[in-house]
Amino acid sequence: MTSLKTLTAAAALTVLPMAAFAQDAAAPGFDEIGPYIMTTLLFCMAGFLVFFMAAGFAMLEGGLVRSKNVTMQMTKNIALYSIAAIMYWLVGFNTMYPGDFNGYFAIGGTTTLDPVGVAAADAALDYASVGSDFFFQLVFVAATASIVSGALAERIKLWPFLAFVVVLTGIMYPISGSWQWGGGWLSERGFSDFAGSTVVHSVGGWAALAGAIVLGPRLGKYKDGRVNPMPGSNLALATLGTFILWLGWFGFNGGSQLAMGTVGDVSDVSRIFANTNMAAAAGAVTALALTQILYKKPDLTMVLNGALAGLVSITAEPLAPTLFGALWIGAVGGVIVVLTVPMLDKFKIDDVVGAVPVHLFAGIWGTIAVVFYNSDAALGTQLLGIISYGVFTFVASLILWTILKVAIGIRVSEEHEINGLDTSELGMEAYPDFSKG
Amino acid sequence: MKLIIATIKPFKLEEVREALTEAGVRGMMVTEIKGFGSQSGHTEIYRGAEYAVNFVPKVKIEIVVAAAMVDQIVETITKTAHTGKIGDGKIFVLDVQQAVRVRTGETNEDAI
Repeated sequence: MTSLKTLTAAAALTVLPMAAFAQDAAAPGFDEIGPYIMTTLLFCMAGFLVFFMAAGFAMLEGGLVRSKNVTMQMTKNIALYSIAAIMYWLVGFNTMYPGDFNGYFAIGGTTTLDPVGVAAADAALDYASVGSDFFFQLVFVAATASIVSGALAERIKLWPFLAFVVVLTGIMYPISGSWQWGGGWLSERGFSDFAGSTVVHSVGGWAALAGAIVLGPRLGKYKDGRVNPMPGSNLALATLGTFILWLGWFGFNGGSQLAMGTVGDVSDVSRIFANTNMAAAAGAVTALALTQILYKKPDLTMVLNGALAGLVSITAEPLAPTLFGALWIGAVGGVIVVLTVPMLDKFKIDDVVGAVPVHLFAGIWGTIAVVFYNSDAALGTQLLGIISYGVFTFVASLILWTILKVAIGIRVSEEHEINGLDTSELGMEAYPDFSKG
Repeated sequence: MKLIIATIKPFKLEEVREALTEAGVRGMMVTEIKGFGSQSGHTEIYRGAEYAVNFVPKVKIEIVVAAAMVDQIVETITKTAHTGKIGDGKIFVLDVQQAVRVRTGETNEDAI
């Protein structure tokens, strides 16, 4: 027995190094796969949060439109998200991240996931799984399309709007996105846009602005040189929507760290959360105080816009600023919203929810503000990026909206608009009990 | 029998109802209405744009009483709905030809 035991032990000793070696080849240590697991987890969780922003946009818009248009606004929101998800698979993701390309333009094909149960040796251990990366990026493009839907509410037809969404999410956003996040010409020049003040928010804002110009204002909004406000149907929903967007933004900015495998990375993600929250708070408080001073009463809808403007402002650089930096960058966003909402009305551009002031004007500000805390960013390059995205998206959107207008018409009839899109376009009311008494 | 129609400020409704009940009024009809008189609206601001509110919210009370009670009821409403500020409302008194209580078939003053 003894000899047998010794023999076994001896055999074990000789086998052990070989076994350990074999195990190394099959399953690498946590040092090698840990970052991949953590970053994939970051993308999944941040992706869930950004996904929920779709609900935030829906509630914000549902609350700020009149009750006769709520069903239509909800229909547009769930349709645009779903279209964005399909278009991003079909062409968007690989157009935005084409790998080696000319830096300007490369239309990609459909997205393929990692194989089921992918082996560590075959995974992108220096980054994250394809599924998590794809999902995280696709929820961003959906946010861009949501921005457009709010500005054009209460008068646009459903199908032409969705046709625009197809092109925006499948082609326009991915092409301009590739310039920066796909490693294209603007990233080569040193343009800096951490989570997308320009790449996501301004792009949505430019597309919305072009649409609002081609579409025209709601009937009766501007009459005899006066602005006739059309108060929203449910400010509780609008407030809930803003809080949901605020929550989703932690994923939007935090996930854009794109790595969580080191102490530095995970600490940076939390740093981004704190700065993002601060900027939103500062934007809201600024709008609260400023509307009290200017109009003698605080305007809740402006406070909601102010919080969102603070969030958009910090999105281009949520990592580098101090908490005080995030505070004043967000506060300037709040000022921008309060001053530019009436300014758009002066130009008779009817933006129902304030999407252009929040996402475009605060987005431009946020992209400029990068230079205050990120020494790698230069003002000239930031302006080049802002202008390039602006010209491309605004002109392409203007052309597309005009083609849609001429070809199939983008606006409902006068009677349908007055009766409300819910009954005239969909035959279904959001609040049927309310209207029938 | 007389029909008294009174338009008053909404926040005064509870006070007026209590006073009328004490004065012996046993029923009333109340409607939320909008309208304008010499108060003729005011302005509000929504998202930076000033707009006119042309119709002001009011509450309309309708009461049918015996002719002998009219003066007392009108005085009660005038006293309790009064604030002294513009927009306190108006009271109209009309003749009523007939009244029927549906449950019992009683008519006129027995029915109110």
